[in-house]
Amino acid sequence: MPPVSSRAILLSALAAGTLFGFGLALSTMVQPEVILQFLLLNNMGLLLVLAGAAGTTAIAYALLPHLMQRPVFAPDFKKHAAILKAPTLIGAAIFGSGWVLSGVCPGPAIAGLGTGNWPLLLSVAGLLLGAWIHGRFVAKP
Amino acid sequence: MHTLAHWFPLGWRHFLFGGICIGLGVSLLFALTGFIGGISSTYSAALSWLSTFPYFHREALVSKRSWLMMYALGLFAGAVLFTFTLGHGHAFTRVPLWRLFAGGILAGFGARMSGGCTSGHGICGVASGQLPSILAVLIFLTTAILTAHLVRALGGF
Repeated sequence: MPPVSSRAILLSALAAGTLFGFGLALSTMVQPEVILQFLLLNNMGLLLVLAGAAGTTAIAYALLPHLMQRPVFAPDFKKHAAILKAPTLIGAAIFGSGWVLSGVCPGPAIAGLGTGNWPLLLSVAGLLLGAWIHGRFVAKP
Repeated sequence: MHTLAHWFPLGWRHFLFGGICIGLGVSLLFALTGFIGGISSTYSAALSWLSTFPYFHREALVSKRSWLMMYALGLFAGAVLFTFTLGHGHAFTRVPLWRLFAGGILAGFGARMSGGCTSGHGICGVASGQLPSILAVLIFLTTAILTAHLVRALGGF
């Protein structure tokens, strides 16, 4: 097997992130107001975004491991491994309560900065602080 | 098409096409690297540079922090690209600053505790048919929607 080029991996992540960020901006998910409209059930657009994104990804996750022996620049396809335990579900509820307060989730906080929406820097700072509190005081090392 | 306009007062195409574009990004990452493209671990990975606490220096985190930073840089760059092509300028959000910050803390904590967020559970987890992710999505959607209505009923928003 040829050695994995870390530069190729980094450029792949940059290209994939760019598509992701473009999609977040196009779908207006970077605007907290649109998220809050959805949470008040005044605009169902977010469900279309999730369906479009998850649907496209589902096809890729199902087909690519059969069409390709391995990823272009890496030895194997990873699997998403979520664990059914209490923190997964309690954490989701806490996430939801933060999401409704700000209208911002982790991806759009970063992408939103790319649209010049600078107040979202406060959300990025908050997300970092929240992740730090989790890692420092709650997570098992 | 009254119903369509009722549920999608801002139109539907940009939501669907934007979502597909997001999915193509996650799919491209998978095709090229085999990685699963959730976002919330980016924050913990960034903390490996900002904190000396052992949790942030686990092999599982440090080994992927470089590509996660490039992925995050891409999120920013993609939004810049949109702004200078199809975009027509976004106003600053009018959500109060304290809510942006406090909501961020809760969402950051919750996403890490849960092992994913709207992207990790909502896109990658759902796309691979993971039951814990599907439950997590239902829980955070329900929590957020109920809270939004409760706050509105109490005179907030």
